[in-house]
Amino acid sequence: MSLVNITPKKGDGKSIKAGAGPSEGSAITVPVTKDASQQRQKRMIANHFDKLSTAKEDGKKVAYTFVPGNLTELMGAFEMLPVLPEINALQSGMRGKSGAYISEAERGGHSEDVCSYVKCDIGMLRSGNVGPTGKTLPSPDLLLLSYTGCFTFMKWFELLKAEYNCPVVMLHVPYQADGIITPEMRQYVIDQLKSDVIPQMEQITGKKLNLDKLAEQLARSRRAEDALVKVWESAKNRPSPIDGYFGGVYYIGPIFSAFRGSEDAVAYYEELLAEVNDRIKTGEGPMTPAGVMSNQKYRLVVEGPPSWTHFNEFWNMFSNEGAIAVASTYTRVGGLYDQGFRHDPQDPLGTLADYCLGCYTNRSLPSRIDLLEKYIKSYSADGFLINSVKSCNSFSAGQLMILRELEKRTGVPGAFVESDLVDPRYFGKANIENRLQSYLQMLEARRNGNIAASGSSPVVIGSAP
Amino acid sequence: MTAEPTATHNDPAAAVLRRAHALVADYGMAPVKSWKDQHKGALAVGHLPIYTPRVLLEAIGVLPVAIYGAGDKDIIRGDSYFQSYICHIPRSTIELGLTGMLDSLDGMIFPAICDVIRNLSGMWQMLFPQKWAAYLDLPQNFRPEVGGRFYKLELKRMARELHERGAQALTDEGLRAAIKDENLRRAALDKLAALRRDASWRVPASEAYLVTRAGGAISAREHAALVEEFVAAANKRTGQLKDNVRVVMVGSFCEQPPFGLIKSLERAGCDIVSDDLQLGLDYMEGMIDEKDDPLDAVVNAFLYQGKATASRYIGEGTKGAALLEQVKRAKADGVIFAAASFCDPALLDQPMLEAACEGAGVPFTSFKYAENTGQFQVIREQAGAFSDAVRLWESAA
Amino acid sequence: MRVCVGVDLGSTTTKAILIDEDGQIVGKGITNSRSNYEVASAVARDEAVTSARFNLLARKLEALKGEGSGDIHALDAKLRAAFRLELYLDELAALRLRVTEVVAASGPRGSAQVKDALVAIFDRMLGDAPALFLEGDARKSDFFRDIAGAAFMHAAEKLAGERGMRFEELTWPFDRAILDVETELRELDFAATLGRAARRIGGGLPEGAKKRLFDIVDSVGTEPIDEIAFSGTGYGRQTLPFPKAAVRSEILCHGRGAHRYFPGTRTVLDIGGQDTKAIQVDDKGVVTTFQMNDRCAAGCGRYLGYIADELNLGLHELGPLALKSCKNVRINSTCTVFAGAELRERLSLGEEREDILAGLHKAIMLRAMSLLARSGGVKSELTFTGGVCKNEMATKVLRELVDENYGNEITLNVHPDSIFMGALGAALFALDDLRAGKANLLVVKRPDKKAMTSFAQPDDACASCA
Repeated sequence: MSLVNITPKKGDGKSIKAGAGPSEGSAITVPVTKDASQQRQKRMIANHFDKLSTAKEDGKKVAYTFVPGNLTELMGAFEMLPVLPEINALQSGMRGKSGAYISEAERGGHSEDVCSYVKCDIGMLRSGNVGPTGKTLPSPDLLLLSYTGCFTFMKWFELLKAEYNCPVVMLHVPYQADGIITPEMRQYVIDQLKSDVIPQMEQITGKKLNLDKLAEQLARSRRAEDALVKVWESAKNRPSPIDGYFGGVYYIGPIFSAFRGSEDAVAYYEELLAEVNDRIKTGEGPMTPAGVMSNQKYRLVVEGPPSWTHFNEFWNMFSNEGAIAVASTYTRVGGLYDQGFRHDPQDPLGTLADYCLGCYTNRSLPSRIDLLEKYIKSYSADGFLINSVKSCNSFSAGQLMILRELEKRTGVPGAFVESDLVDPRYFGKANIENRLQSYLQMLEARRNGNIAASGSSPVVIGSAP
Repeated sequence: MTAEPTATHNDPAAAVLRRAHALVADYGMAPVKSWKDQHKGALAVGHLPIYTPRVLLEAIGVLPVAIYGAGDKDIIRGDSYFQSYICHIPRSTIELGLTGMLDSLDGMIFPAICDVIRNLSGMWQMLFPQKWAAYLDLPQNFRPEVGGRFYKLELKRMARELHERGAQALTDEGLRAAIKDENLRRAALDKLAALRRDASWRVPASEAYLVTRAGGAISAREHAALVEEFVAAANKRTGQLKDNVRVVMVGSFCEQPPFGLIKSLERAGCDIVSDDLQLGLDYMEGMIDEKDDPLDAVVNAFLYQGKATASRYIGEGTKGAALLEQVKRAKADGVIFAAASFCDPALLDQPMLEAACEGAGVPFTSFKYAENTGQFQVIREQAGAFSDAVRLWESAA
Repeated sequence: MRVCVGVDLGSTTTKAILIDEDGQIVGKGITNSRSNYEVASAVARDEAVTSARFNLLARKLEALKGEGSGDIHALDAKLRAAFRLELYLDELAALRLRVTEVVAASGPRGSAQVKDALVAIFDRMLGDAPALFLEGDARKSDFFRDIAGAAFMHAAEKLAGERGMRFEELTWPFDRAILDVETELRELDFAATLGRAARRIGGGLPEGAKKRLFDIVDSVGTEPIDEIAFSGTGYGRQTLPFPKAAVRSEILCHGRGAHRYFPGTRTVLDIGGQDTKAIQVDDKGVVTTFQMNDRCAAGCGRYLGYIADELNLGLHELGPLALKSCKNVRINSTCTVFAGAELRERLSLGEEREDILAGLHKAIMLRAMSLLARSGGVKSELTFTGGVCKNEMATKVLRELVDENYGNEITLNVHPDSIFMGALGAALFALDDLRAGKANLLVVKRPDKKAMTSFAQPDDACASCA
C-alpha cells in the first residue's frame, strides 16, 4: 500500500541486495562443460549481441519480442535483429542483478504483486539497458507484441511503448480454450500477419517481404526441430543422457530465441544430438553442477519455469539426491515440437499461425494436464514436480488442479514447490529443499512398499518424570 | 454481500433500494431461480464481472448472470485450488460452484480479463463437466475485417453452442430487440452517471453501486426500469452539497471491493463520482447502433465503444488519456487507484495511469484490497488524508 | 536394554523417543531447542533415557505392591520430583558459577554491591528450590531456562526492593550466563543423582523399606541402556547435527508416528510453529501425498505467538480465552504481518478480546482446512498433531469444520503426546534401518568446560549500551 500521493509519485520501494545467485560479471551463463555444442551456443550468443551492439551503425533494424509465439523466421526474412526481454530478464536473474533491477522498478511505482520479468526489464532499462554481455542494447525500431499465452505480455509492451518512441505491432493469438485450434483462430492470426505485422515490418525495413527467403528460413527451422525432438526423446533411455529441465533450458536457447531458421541453429542441434547419441552408447548421464549424473534414482517430469536467481542451487537439490528431469513443460513454451508440429515452408503464414497457437502456455488447462500425463507415462517417470512461480499466473493459476488431477490419473504422487522467476526474495532455499527431500524420501518409501511392521499394540507412553 | 440500503425515514429511494438489495442477495443468484421458474426450460448463464456480450444472450432467450465472487464467505475448497499469490475471486467463484450456489446456472462464460480467469475456464470445464463453460477471447485487434471478423465468429459460435443446449436460435429480430433493451439500460446508466456528476450528495457511491450491480441477474429492460426509478427517487432527495472531494475510482473492474470499503471511502470524505466497478453491465460508451446489421452493431460497439480498461489493448493514442477524460467528464478532483491484490491487469496498468495523472496534475492515491478485506481503518485514514490534502492543494492553487 | 532413538529437532522444542527392539516405546524426552541444536538433541535424548529408567523404576516399584513392603510403591512420584530437584540444583550450581565468572569479568558494572546481591539471590533460589519441586505442581515449564529464570527474576525483584537497587542492575548477569549454561552439555550420572534423590525422600522410611528402595534405585540406575540405532528429523533440516544417512523427512516421520499412535489414521494435520502440513498415509503409515503451507507463514503457530504477544498473554492462555467467546467475529487476514493491525483495529472498534480470538482461531483453521482439501481431503480418520493441537479452541474449531465439510463420521484424534509424533516416526525409521543392517548412531561431542568458557563475551561488547 503506498502512501498518499498528491504530486509525482516516487514510491518507497525497499532496497534489497541483488540475489545470491551465481557469480556476477561473467557473460552469458552457460554450464561449464566440455561439450562442443555448448561452446558453439556461447559463440552464437556472443556473436548476436555483438551484432546488436553495432546494429544502428550497420543499419540493421531491431525488434523486441517475446519467446512464446516468436516470429523469428519472419524477422529473419526482413533481416531484423530480435531482442528478447524475457531472456534478458532471466540472464539478469542468473547473474545476480535482477534483485536490484526489480527494486528500481518498484521504486518507480510498480507493484510487488506483479511479474518480476517485467520489473526486471524496466529496472534494467532504467539502469542503462546494458545486456547480458555487458554491451548496451540498442533501442527497438519495433515492439513486436506477440500476445501468446500470456496476458502480461500486452501490459509489458504498453509499458515499453511509453519508454521508446517506436511503433508497436500487436499480434493477438487466441487461446486454445477448448484444446483445439479452430480454423477461425488460425485465420485471425493469418489476417493479422497480413494486415498489421508484415506491413509494419515492411515499413520499418523499407523492404517487401520475400516469401522465398521466409520459406528457406522455415525449412532450416524444421531441420533444427527434427534434431531437438530426438534430443528430448533420448530421455526415454535409462540412464537418461539429458536433463530435460535444467539441462533442457540450455538446449532450447537457440531455437526459442534469435536463431531459429538460421544455419547456426541447425549446426547446433545436429551437434547436440550427436553428443547425446554418444552418451546413449556409453550409458552416460548428462553433465550437472554435481558432475556427470549417470546414477539416476528418480525420474521426474517438471512443470513450470525454473527460478533463475537460484538456478544452480535448485538444480543441485535434484542432482544431490539423484533426481533427473526426463521431461518438462517449460522447455515447450516456445513450441511443442515433440507433439508433431514442424514449421512448414510450403505454407509460410499458416505455419507461423499454427506455431503461435500451439505454444504450451496457450493451451487450455485440461490439455496441459493431458500433455503432462503423457510425459509421465511415456518417459516412465517416478514422479512429477511443479515449480509454481509467483510471477507467472499463466503457468501458475490452476497448477494445484494439475497436481490433483495428475495424481488421480497416473497414481504417481506430485511435489509442489513455490518460488519466483527472477525475484530473489521469493526463493526459500530451506523450504524448497525440505519439500523436495521429503518428496523424494516419500517416493523411496513408497517404492520400498512395506515398511517393517514395528509392533501393533496401541501405544502408551509412560508419564515423564 | 452485506449491502445495507440507507435506512432513513421518508427516503424517496428507500423502496427501490430495498428491491435492489434483494436482487443482489445470495451472491446475485436470488433472481435466477424465480426467472427460471417463469421461463421453463430456458437457460441461465453466468459470467465473470467484465464485459460480456449480454445482449447476445438475451437475444437467444438466455438470462445472463453476473458472478461477483463471494464477498466475505468462508473459503475452504476454493482456497485449495490457488496459491496465496493469486487474487481472491477465482477461489470464491470455485467455492460457490462447489457448494452448489451456482447450480441453477446452465453454463459460465469467462471473458478475457487475465491469465487467472483464462485458466479458470479450463478448471471449470474439469470441475463441472456437465455444464457449458466458455472462454470468451475478446479480440485485441480492432480492425473490423480482422478482429471484428474473429469476434463475430466467436459470438456466432457461442450462440450456436447455447442453441444446441436449448437456447433459441440467434435471429436478427431477436438481437435487434435485445439491442433496444440494452440501449435502455445504457440511457438509464448515463442518467445515473449524470446525477452523480451533478448532485453527488443525492447519490452515495455505495447506492449507485448497489443499483448498478442489481442488474447482474435481470434483463436489461428490467434493470433500466430499476435504475430510472432510482434516479427519479434520488432526484427528489433534498440534502446539500458536502465539502467532500470528488474522486474517480479505478482498478476494481473484476474482483469487487467489499461494500464496507466503498462506504469507508465516502465517510473519509471522498465522493466517488465515477468508477469502473461494473464493466460487465457498463462497458460501452454510447448506444449500440440500432439500424445496422445487428450482429455487426454488437461487434462494432465492442471495437469502437469499449472502455479503455486494463484488459483491453491500447494500441492507438496514449495510455491514460481515457482516464483523464473520465476525470474531466466527472468533474473529479482526483483519482483513487483501488486494485484487488495480485490483480495483474490493474496493477500493471497503474504505473502508466499514474504517470498520466502526474503529467496532467491530477492528484491520486492508491491501495489494494481483497473482496473479503475486513479492515478498513487504514484505507479510511489514507483516504481521509488524501481528501484533506486535495482540499489544501486546491485552496493553495 | 537396547533401544532405537528418534529425535525431532523442532524450531521451539526438541523431542526424543526411545523404542525397544519390538517397537514399543520405552522413554521420551523433551527440551527447548536453544541455540545449540547438537546440545538440544543430546539433552532430549538424555531426558528420554532418564524417562526410560523411571519407567523401569515404576514397574519395579509396582511389582512390590502387596508384598508387605509398606508404601514404597507410592514413592514413585515423589522420587521423580526429588530427582528433578537434584538436577535443578546441579544446574543451579553451574549457573551460579557462570554468573560469578561473568560478574568477575565485567569491570565496574560488577560492583561489590552487585556481587553481594547476587550471592543473596542465589541463596534464596537455593532455599526456594525444594518447594518448587516437592510441593504440588505449580511449575509452568520443565525447562531449566524457564524455571531458573522465573526464580531468579522473582528473587532479584524482591532483593532490588529491599536494597534499593535497580532491578536491571541485577538481571544482566543472568541473561549472559544462562545461554552458556544451557548450551553446556553435562554428563548425567543417573545412578548418583537418583541415589541423592532417594536419600532426600527416604529418610523417614523404616530400615527394611529403605534398603529395598535403595536396592531398586541401584538396579535401575545401573541398568545398561544401549543405543543401537538412531534417526533424526526436524525443522531447519540444513542444520540438523545428524549423520546424513540418519536424517528422515519430517513429513514421513510425522505421518508414521501419528499412524503408530492411531493405526486407523489416514490423514494427519500438523500445525507447528513454522509450518502447517496436511499428510495422507496408507494403511502402513507410509506417506502417499502431502501438502505444506505456501511460503507465507500465515496460519501457523507463530501467528498465534504474535497474537499472544500483541495481547500480552501466554500462548497457552489463547485457547481457553477464545472458548469463552459467544459472538462471531470474522477475521479475514491470517497474515502475520497484518495480524497486529487487524487486532488493534478490532479492539478499537470495541470488539471483545475473546470474540476476536475466536475469530482468529477460526481463520487459522480455515486455512488448515484448505490445505487438507489440497492434499486430498479427509477420508476416515484424522489425527491432529503439532504444537497448535494443544490449543482447545483450535481443536474445537477443527472438529466443527471437519463435520461441516466431511460429515460427522470422521474420527478426529488428538493425543496428549502428539508433540512426540515426529520423534516416534524417526525412532521407527531407526528400527527399520537396524533391521536392514544399516543402523546409524547419534554421536555427540561433549564439549569440555574450557571450551565453554571461551564463549564468554568481553565486557560491554555492545557499544550502543556502553
